[in-house]
Amino acid sequence: MTPARKKRLGLILLMVAGVAVGVGFALKSLDQNIMFFFTPSEVVSGKAPANKLFRMGGMVVAGSVHRPGDGLTVHFDLTDNEQNVTVQFAGILPDLFREGQGIIANGKLGESGEFVAEEVLAKHDETYMPPELAGMHSETEQPQ
Amino acid sequence: MFLWFHKLGSPPHFYRIAGKWLPWLNWAFMILLLAGLYGGLILAPPDYQQGESYRIIFIHVPAAWMSLFIYVVMAVCGAVIIVWRMKLAEVVLISSAPIGASFTFLALITGSLWGKPMWGTYWVWDARLTSELILLFLYLGVIGLHNAIEDRRTAARAVAILALVGVVNIPIIHYSVEWWHSLHQGPTVTKFDKPSIHWSMLLPLLLMALAFQVYYVLALFHRCRAELLRRERNSKWVEEL
Repeated sequence: MTPARKKRLGLILLMVAGVAVGVGFALKSLDQNIMFFFTPSEVVSGKAPANKLFRMGGMVVAGSVHRPGDGLTVHFDLTDNEQNVTVQFAGILPDLFREGQGIIANGKLGESGEFVAEEVLAKHDETYMPPELAGMHSETEQPQ
Repeated sequence: MFLWFHKLGSPPHFYRIAGKWLPWLNWAFMILLLAGLYGGLILAPPDYQQGESYRIIFIHVPAAWMSLFIYVVMAVCGAVIIVWRMKLAEVVLISSAPIGASFTFLALITGSLWGKPMWGTYWVWDARLTSELILLFLYLGVIGLHNAIEDRRTAARAVAILALVGVVNIPIIHYSVEWWHSLHQGPTVTKFDKPSIHWSMLLPLLLMALAFQVYYVLALFHRCRAELLRRERNSKWVEEL
């Protein structure tokens, strides 16, 4: 390689490295804003904003889904296997909503510590398999 | 090997070789596409949770892979342009951009259509979706910048810089689902672990990925040949055609 080419190669490597470091720092400082949701543990330890909409993600605790009163409002517990937070939601749940499923709820904390959701999204995990195999394979993959 | 590579870099030689490859690529693409679609839409079983609607992955995932792959090709061409001033790299870079933009658009649209029934929303601003949207803007930026500069060689050097700077986004897209909490699920196939997808679904997925890859080369050769003719219209080898 001629010296001129070596110099140009060095320059572009420097440029890409510089941009990467810059973007890295920017993303690092934006970390909490890029996080799409808080986990129940973070919510319990008070990291989530009060009186503001935020999203909480976790797994629906098996056996926790119930509909008291009018049957429109649904209550369920979300867990990250460390802490549980009760969610209440009045609206249409997505197809993939079920017990043990990872979901993300958008809303804010109510006065008694429960999470009042305005929107519930299902978070699909990365496992794909035919229905016949699902029984044999269950509980090995943990959706976040 | 080096000599072969050097020869391929000359426009008339590339024009001829690419022309010879075109019919073969056509056939390979057709066969792979039909096999992949048949395997994916008819042979593969429905998913245990999503039922039939998971089948969008046979388009969505290969398109998303291609959107990343083509950008990396463009960035490598960018480096070759800056360091070696190779003409063919300029042609490959600018011919790749519209193909990559189309794949990115396809990935975004198919994902959005799948998101509505599965997640419950067409779009959310999570890390994966946002970084993929930025990738689309990078592609459009490359196309726009190239069109904005009259002189082709200057334009090529400008887009080379843009392509190189934008390559920082590629690992961000790939790792976005691991670095941050996101609505988008983690990687199924592209990880150092057993793919968490049944082989009867994985096989057509890989066939489709291969078909898209061949389509890229096919479309690239077509575009490159046209671009070469445009650039070299006054040269002797074009007049001799």
